[in-house]
Amino acid sequence: MGLMIDIKKQYKDFTLEVNFDNRGSRLGILGASGSGKSMLLKCLAGIITPDEGKIILNGRPLFDSVQGINVKPQRRKIGYLFQNYALFPHMTVAENIGIGLPKADKDQMAKILKIMDRFHLTALSEKYPRQISGGQQQRVALARCMILEPEILLLDEPFSALDDHLKDHLQKEVMDYLSDFNGDVVLVSHSRDEIYRMSDSLMVMEHGKSSFMGTTHEAFKSPKYKYVAKLTGCKNFSDLEDDGTFYFAKSWGLQYPKTQFLDVPKYLGIRAHDFIVHHELIEMPSNRLLRGKVLRTVEDIFELTFYIKPLHPSVSEDAEVVFKIAKSKWENRKIPDALILEIPLEHLIPLYA
Amino acid sequence: MSFSPILISLKTASLAILITFILGIFTAYIVVSIKSKGLKMVIDGILTMPLVLPPTVIGFMLLAIFGVNRPIGRLLLDFLGVKIVFSWTATVIAAIVISFPLMYRAARGAFEQVDETLIMAARTIGLNEWKIFWKIMMPLALPGVLSGGILSFARGLGEFGATAMIAGNIAGKTQTLPMAIYSEVAAGNMETARGYVWVVLTLSFFVVVSMNYFSVKRFDKSKSNASERLMEGEEWA
Repeated sequence: MGLMIDIKKQYKDFTLEVNFDNRGSRLGILGASGSGKSMLLKCLAGIITPDEGKIILNGRPLFDSVQGINVKPQRRKIGYLFQNYALFPHMTVAENIGIGLPKADKDQMAKILKIMDRFHLTALSEKYPRQISGGQQQRVALARCMILEPEILLLDEPFSALDDHLKDHLQKEVMDYLSDFNGDVVLVSHSRDEIYRMSDSLMVMEHGKSSFMGTTHEAFKSPKYKYVAKLTGCKNFSDLEDDGTFYFAKSWGLQYPKTQFLDVPKYLGIRAHDFIVHHELIEMPSNRLLRGKVLRTVEDIFELTFYIKPLHPSVSEDAEVVFKIAKSKWENRKIPDALILEIPLEHLIPLYA
Repeated sequence: MSFSPILISLKTASLAILITFILGIFTAYIVVSIKSKGLKMVIDGILTMPLVLPPTVIGFMLLAIFGVNRPIGRLLLDFLGVKIVFSWTATVIAAIVISFPLMYRAARGAFEQVDETLIMAARTIGLNEWKIFWKIMMPLALPGVLSGGILSFARGLGEFGATAMIAGNIAGKTQTLPMAIYSEVAAGNMETARGYVWVVLTLSFFVVVSMNYFSVKRFDKSKSNASERLMEGEEWA
């Protein structure tokens, strides 16, 4: 059971090549804009026809290029929450929710009332989409999908059209509404926070290619690949040079005994938040301290970002390390010319490609 | 001043718009759903031709189709006993052909204005193409389609060149208002011509105003909604 997909689609000079097998979980698809996420969802929903491959939902083939199967979007039983919600502007909330129900359905009215109650839309039933807020529109769109009892729900960048202060609230709200939904959920987003909060397993897309990463939390903790680390928000990378018994991190000027790693990593990564700053000199193995010149700083509401040039002579000119710290921890100190950063070994991320 | 040209014109334009309206919408729908861009451009070009060609060229082509010595004209005459050329039907045919591109283009534009994701959404929630057309496309495209219809009606009412060639200028039969004005001026009856001109002016003014009414109504709607939202405040979540 679950969703199995293995498709190829060529569009101009863009190739979508996706292969995954998801079993009853919330799948998050993380990718930059233009990586083919939305195109994948449209293939799933039957709006775009792939060139070849197959899509199987809960054992039911929706598309199979070899057997010539291509089920119409109307019959796929897939709920699709569009980025801009795609509510029909000339219909009221109640009409929007009910239009997908077959005419023959005798309980039509009862179903509409029930779902409006569940999504707290009863008071809005006679309003038109333009008369209600973005969050309310999203609920209507979700109700319009859920009333048809889909086998799978596709969420296409569901919160990107909303103001920041609403996002957190609505993410939680949508999770609550979906808590008793048994089908698969596929969430597409370029926001790592959204993916981290709302998905169990993670797939990463880059240039139309997909890679399945396992559970979301594990994938964020140890991303294994450089591009995944980047997508999950890791800012600092260094190439590794093999010095016999050591690996030399070229961008940082630090060396590590090979025995420290199980495999043969190609890069090391460390997140901007994971450094520990020291304000005076301390005794510590030299490969755990990175000394650097502060190039510039950026001040946000709650956070300071430092751009630092490591001082080690063999580090190239354009090497730059990003270090972020909460302002509450920085305690209003003056911005120094140089910083001593500790790299805790447990936060080093070995990357293999 | 005889009333017959006024009646003939109104009858002709009314029947013509009835047919043009349906035909234009139907054709626009088909063309919008054509996937190949090249084919779409060629078909659109052919369908728009009557708009850019001189009406006499259209008249010539219609004669070439319906003339009694031409295959189709001959067929109609021999088997149905219908003679198109120089009949009232010919005035209607001329008005349809000339006004069709306006209707077709207006409807096509209105359909293309409809947000494509609405159509996609409609499919994913199970609506068939028939229902999508009547419940989503038509209501959303209606203002554009209606103003296209009014414009086509006005064009049909004013048709002269093609009508003159295929229907002639037979008083009480094919003499429409523009024909009558031409004849009266040619005969030096400026007074009568002036009367017809006033009728045409009044009709046309009425048509343009009613067209504005449709677009203004649309504008008012969006305006009142904006103020409505301001009044209510944005109720979030």
